[in-house]
Amino acid sequence: MSLDIASGECVALIGESGSGKTTLLRTINRMVEPDAGVIWFNGRATSELDPVSLRREMGYVPQDGGLLPHWRVRRNVGLVPWLLGKNGGDLADRALNLVGLDPATFAARWPSDLSGGQRQRVAIARALAADPKVLLLDEPFGALDAITRAELQDAFRELRRRLGTTAILVTHDLREAIELADHIAVLHHGHVEQYGTPSALLAHPETEYVATLFARAHVR
Amino acid sequence: MKGYLIALLAFLPSAPRPVVVGSKPFGESYILAEMFAQLLEARGFAVERHPGLGQTLIAYPALVKGAIDVYPEYTGTGLLVILGDSAAGADPRAVYARVATALGRRDGVRWLPPLGFENTYAIAVRKATADSLHLVTLSDLARMGSRLRGGLTADFIGRSDGLPKLARVYGLHLAEVKALLPAVKYQALAEGAVDVIDGYETDGSIERYHVVVLTDDRRAFPPYEAVAVVSPALQRDAPRAVLALAELSDRLDVARMRAMNRQIEVEGVPVAAIAHQALVSLHLVDDTLGAMTAAARRANTIDYGHLAALTGRHLELVTISLGAAILFAIPLALGLTAVPKRAETVIRGVGVLQTIPGIALVAFMIPLFGIGVFPALVALFLYSLYPIVRNTYTGLRDADPGAADAALALGMTGSQVLLYVRLPLAAPVIMAGIRTAAVIDVGTATLAAFIGAGGLGDPIVSGLALSDTRMILSGAIPAALLALAVDGVLALTERVVTTGRSRGRRSYAHSR
Repeated sequence: MSLDIASGECVALIGESGSGKTTLLRTINRMVEPDAGVIWFNGRATSELDPVSLRREMGYVPQDGGLLPHWRVRRNVGLVPWLLGKNGGDLADRALNLVGLDPATFAARWPSDLSGGQRQRVAIARALAADPKVLLLDEPFGALDAITRAELQDAFRELRRRLGTTAILVTHDLREAIELADHIAVLHHGHVEQYGTPSALLAHPETEYVATLFARAHVR
Repeated sequence: MKGYLIALLAFLPSAPRPVVVGSKPFGESYILAEMFAQLLEARGFAVERHPGLGQTLIAYPALVKGAIDVYPEYTGTGLLVILGDSAAGADPRAVYARVATALGRRDGVRWLPPLGFENTYAIAVRKATADSLHLVTLSDLARMGSRLRGGLTADFIGRSDGLPKLARVYGLHLAEVKALLPAVKYQALAEGAVDVIDGYETDGSIERYHVVVLTDDRRAFPPYEAVAVVSPALQRDAPRAVLALAELSDRLDVARMRAMNRQIEVEGVPVAAIAHQALVSLHLVDDTLGAMTAAARRANTIDYGHLAALTGRHLELVTISLGAAILFAIPLALGLTAVPKRAETVIRGVGVLQTIPGIALVAFMIPLFGIGVFPALVALFLYSLYPIVRNTYTGLRDADPGAADAALALGMTGSQVLLYVRLPLAAPVIMAGIRTAAVIDVGTATLAAFIGAGGLGDPIVSGLALSDTRMILSGAIPAALLALAVDGVLALTERVVTTGRSRGRRSYAHSR
């Protein structure tokens, strides 16, 4: 497979369970090493970069938030700045404001005291705190109820409009992909069925699988 | 000039070192050892006492190693247990000659001429049982064996001249065999909990409980003459002390020994007083009031200052061994998380240590470390490892994998994930392991008494040997309280270490 992702874009990787979308996402920050092939990041092969510094340049949001349960919200959000030797506290408060959480209310809380939606907001704030070049999101809204999910999707769209951060979003929700992404890659059994803008995929599905996918989701 | 100096030094007496007197953990051994000790003191030697060493497999290697200088042993034990010679002769003189020669040559120890009495096995039943089943001899017992329950000491069950010998010579097979501690066997017999016990000919309880000793009509048991056995080191360092000990040879007899045993078992007379009276009546020491009171003070009465010292020693044993186990086990478990495929094998290997009986473990250690505090610490260290390794490994392995993965994906290094995420999240489980180890440790440390390391096991072992319940409790109750106190302190530590976390862990998990 081959994907070109331009700076400032939001790309959705969509597919069923087992289609390889999470694995693909994790090869980008070298949490998984590819068996073959090269990933280029800012003109350099990631295999030549130090994986630890590479990851610090890429925000990461897993489905369950992945917050450290023994750290308060501010320390969680300030994690990457702290790893980079910066003032974690100030950057954490700024990032909390970005995701719509008032630091005065939330910074001193434990992750266990947050609702599911708040927890994902904190996870996004943590991914953004050190101003990464790329955001990697692995089904970030997948575990939320419909109303919270819609709220967070709106917040995410707004955030990207303001910051213009490149984002790669793994999802199995076609509507979410259409609403949030500039380009969609449809993955099936480990290869890309089609890669294009939402409207292109909708208007001209190139394979039977893509056509069925869109038909089944009733997106018109 | 130089030559004169060397000549002078050669004539200086070597620095006097105390003669270390040991005993095995039963009353008669305590009395004989105390007689050795007081006799040596009366002849001007400084003495250190290590009574209650855990049976032959601890006491004899300690003697060979020079950790003790003298202890009372029996020729039959020397022949069968130490020499491993199963072709036991029935002639006492021949057995003594064989043991003294063979072990003198092999280990350099010296078996002084026997003390003058034999103390072989006595198989006893209640008088009522003997009457109703017409039991007089062991041959009679063998005929009725299938109707009787045995309560035998572990020593007797295991030794080739004990129960196995009776099975071979008489064809004796009891309906049931329970292992009983020497201290409780006569009472168990008298109360009808068991029907047959093993004792010794000199046991004072034989008369006290009106039990019947069956005759060894086919001479299954070898002769057991009591002997003072002397270490190679004492023969080299203080030959005059060996001579002093030999003054007791052939001076005792069965009647006197049984009377002394009865004084302990029935009347609860302090060991030191019994030994002193015996030495006085044998005209071996002078009857001085001062010596008597000093001796009585050392004896089996409860002294709270002494108890505090024992508790302190106990705590010291636990703290040092537990500390060392923590410092060893946590890094080991950390290392194992890197090789999960081998981890189970290693942890099971550590677990096997837990199954080695304490007395066997300390016995293994005597040739390496002698007796005293150090081998006790090593044994306790080994016993403390398993719960800490197991819990640390499990805690690290199961600590919120989502959080650890996210931390890594955000750019923590592997060691940062370990230090800042996995170890803190595993802390409550690790602390639980440490608490388990600590409580086990406090209990197991009573074992230290068997190798002369002191601690609260001392009154327990002495109390069991001397049938003194009050003394047993004076060790057992503080040990139990100490276990509770140590666990309480660790529980507080755990609360401090894990504030806010355990709460976070719980609710975070169930909201998913």
